[in-house]
Amino acid sequence: MKPITATEAATAAAVELFEITKRFPGVVANDRVNLRVAEGEIHAVVGENGAGKSTLMKILYGMQTADEGRMLVGGTEVRFSSPSEAIDAGIGMVHQHFMLADHLTVLENVVLGAEPTRRGMIDHRSAHRHLEELGKSYGLDLEPTDLVESLEVGERQRVEIIKVLYRGAKVLILDEPTSVLVPQEVENLFHNLRELKAKGHTIIFIDHKLEEVLAIADTITVLRQGRTVTTVSSSEVTAAELAELMVGSELPKPSTEPRESNQQKTLSLRSVTVSGDDGRPAVSSVDLDIHRGEILGVAGVEGNGQSELVEAILGLRPLAEGDLLLDGESISHWPVRRRREAGLGYVPEDRQRRGLLLDAPVWENVMLGHQTRRPYARGPWLDRSKARDAASQIITDFDVRTPGVDTTVRALSGGNQQKLVIGREMSARPQMLIAAHPTRGIDVGAQAAVWDNLRKARREGMAVLLLSADLEELIGLADRLVVMLRGRLAAELDPSTTTPRLLGSHMTGASVDGESDIK
Amino acid sequence: MSIRRVALALAAPVCAFAFSIGLSSLVLMAFGTNPMDAWTEMLSYGTRLETFVETGNRATPLYLAGIAVAIGFRMNLFNIGVEGQYVLAALLAASAGAAVDLPPILHVILIMVVAMTVGSAFAGIAGYLKVSRGVHEVISTIMLNAVALAAVGFLLRSWLLDKNDTTLNMMTPEIPPSGQFPHLNSLVETFTREITRGRQLWGFMLVALAVGVLFYAFLNRTRAGFDLRATGLNPFAAEASGVDPAATVVRTMLLSGAVAGLIGLPEVLGQAHRYDLGFTRGLGFTGIAVALVGRNHPGGIAVAALLFGWLDSSAPILDVVGDAPREIVSILQGVVVLAAVVAYEVVNRIRRVAEARDAATAMQHPTETTDRSVS
Repeated sequence: MKPITATEAATAAAVELFEITKRFPGVVANDRVNLRVAEGEIHAVVGENGAGKSTLMKILYGMQTADEGRMLVGGTEVRFSSPSEAIDAGIGMVHQHFMLADHLTVLENVVLGAEPTRRGMIDHRSAHRHLEELGKSYGLDLEPTDLVESLEVGERQRVEIIKVLYRGAKVLILDEPTSVLVPQEVENLFHNLRELKAKGHTIIFIDHKLEEVLAIADTITVLRQGRTVTTVSSSEVTAAELAELMVGSELPKPSTEPRESNQQKTLSLRSVTVSGDDGRPAVSSVDLDIHRGEILGVAGVEGNGQSELVEAILGLRPLAEGDLLLDGESISHWPVRRRREAGLGYVPEDRQRRGLLLDAPVWENVMLGHQTRRPYARGPWLDRSKARDAASQIITDFDVRTPGVDTTVRALSGGNQQKLVIGREMSARPQMLIAAHPTRGIDVGAQAAVWDNLRKARREGMAVLLLSADLEELIGLADRLVVMLRGRLAAELDPSTTTPRLLGSHMTGASVDGESDIK
Repeated sequence: MSIRRVALALAAPVCAFAFSIGLSSLVLMAFGTNPMDAWTEMLSYGTRLETFVETGNRATPLYLAGIAVAIGFRMNLFNIGVEGQYVLAALLAASAGAAVDLPPILHVILIMVVAMTVGSAFAGIAGYLKVSRGVHEVISTIMLNAVALAAVGFLLRSWLLDKNDTTLNMMTPEIPPSGQFPHLNSLVETFTREITRGRQLWGFMLVALAVGVLFYAFLNRTRAGFDLRATGLNPFAAEASGVDPAATVVRTMLLSGAVAGLIGLPEVLGQAHRYDLGFTRGLGFTGIAVALVGRNHPGGIAVAALLFGWLDSSAPILDVVGDAPREIVSILQGVVVLAAVVAYEVVNRIRRVAEARDAATAMQHPTETTDRSVS
């Protein structure tokens, strides 16, 4: 595995991005990102959620503008202020969530916004002819008169692809195209993509499923925390190496502490099965014990049932089967509030959505989730002055940088919002702390503070369930590690003898010795 | 900081009102009227004691309507059904009040309880439909408005008519004096001159004030109020914090309906002492506008209700002196609502930017309170 440099790449570049930087309040989504996509190749952009892939593609497609940096398309410098300018330059994007009108036909959807007209009327005949030609030449089977609502997901995706081709795109961006497809459809999609490549199109393929990336891409660019890590040829890299590149090893390492064994079970999961949004089991018969004073790390590629597991423990999602015991008592039928009162702390994966009231002041956010308890409440009444005192204490103890307790949380940076959430949960002294991706999207300084606090929680005897996509973080902090794969516990590992590489191969279901046998 | 806050909070409604006056003046000019004449006329008529009494009487039900709507708005529930809830509640409460004979205070309390129960139950239907069947409350409350108004017509004609009435004005029997709410004229007159022209300031205004205070205390001082506000701000975070979303929807609708039930009572208890065909309708819809202009805040709603009440009670002079059509006031009210909504959004953005700047400064220079004391 060796990085490809610009001088080595012989073919002309279809798209080149230099030093693209995009900042959002409190977060740098893209930090001097470079990307070179050669003409006629399938180029995968991989990285964990929050690595900056989508932002980069939105910039290339004109949905957002970069704060700094240059873009070259076909050798000429461009600056897009809207997608229609990108389309004019020959760039098309197939979104993860399809943008189709269900009650219109395939043909109508394809021409929508770019209708061929004859004397002011839509020229159906020429559109029909054009569509059939496209379909034939790219092997994209579609019946132009079918209603979109009658189509399968894979067919809808083909409509999206044709829509882009119809507008004359030479470069196609596909944003996580396989996330909605079943394996058979993935095969078909890959077949279509190879067909497009053979006809001279360039494809930029966003994904985080490593097997798929290796199967389809010629070249792979890895992004991590908004920066380009490297660009490699897919024939020279293994899934395990990619996983390591994605999560990185240059980050400040969370140091470990001596572990004392404690066998008092705080939370027990007994053959827990949970249904996902689609009704199929997202978590299947998971048995797990989390002990006092222990950090249990859960590793897994996004979408393997971790989120559903957390929601089930918290009571946001019902158990399909099995039982949950907190200190030996079944809590499966308890509502969320009772579970929280019994000592479940929760640092949500998406803190803005699940953890904060962005338009409320800091002190009210500190009450959230604890509003039924002292010092925040006395009987049915809120104790505002005590709540404000408690909020100032949390601001001090957890180093939340805010002008004061009355500041609206929306004004705080991502890292400070996260410190506020962690501070709130920890200062309530829960028995059990669920921390889902606690360091996602925050800067390195805040990250170290979060790690300190998790270690402190463990010292104080809390049981901590830590979910993370950062393998170094898991290995460094956890006392025990389990890997979730397709809703099941695929492995239990001892962090002291595990490497990110080994963990990565368990996560992707690749062979244990790290040698890739995935095609 | 706090001065800036207050200034920003006041800037929005003041700008909105000034803009509305300006636009309405243009409309008046377009119709060949001198706007200054019209406004002067309204101002001189509108500052008389009798007009103030009328303003209070009109503002009281509007205030209750505004609160009823705001309770829903505070958790992103659109109770469009306040209209149906209060008309039905007023009819049944007036009938119940006429049917019994109780000691004075108890009698009034009974009528209020009946009104609140009817309003609450009727609004509860929409809440139940939302949580059990996923019916959006806007749809169900609009439909229920039609049901309520039809039910009022049917009930009044079939069962609740005053048998002794000979006037052909369909009405319920009169509520005996023990069930009537005393007026506040003597109280006001200790500070002012005598109120003439038979005007009476309805005592129910005090109940409305109490409802406003209770609403404020509930929202800001109780756990249940916090749950409701949290759900309105972010239903997902509220759920994770232990708020039961379904129960909160039903509870909020019941509460909103209970306040809606009171809207008709100032008129029923203070003046008509019965439900008849002259009963004021449409307050439920005006209440939506009042809540919007008042930013769903009990104090803001009071100002908005007084503004709307004053405009309504001083407009009739325009017809008398013939300077301008009184409908100009409706235009003015409509423009105020739109302008206020826009102005609030603008102020909101200014405030957000300012706060983000303060927070950014705090990040670079940690202040006393944010000093790091734990490693």
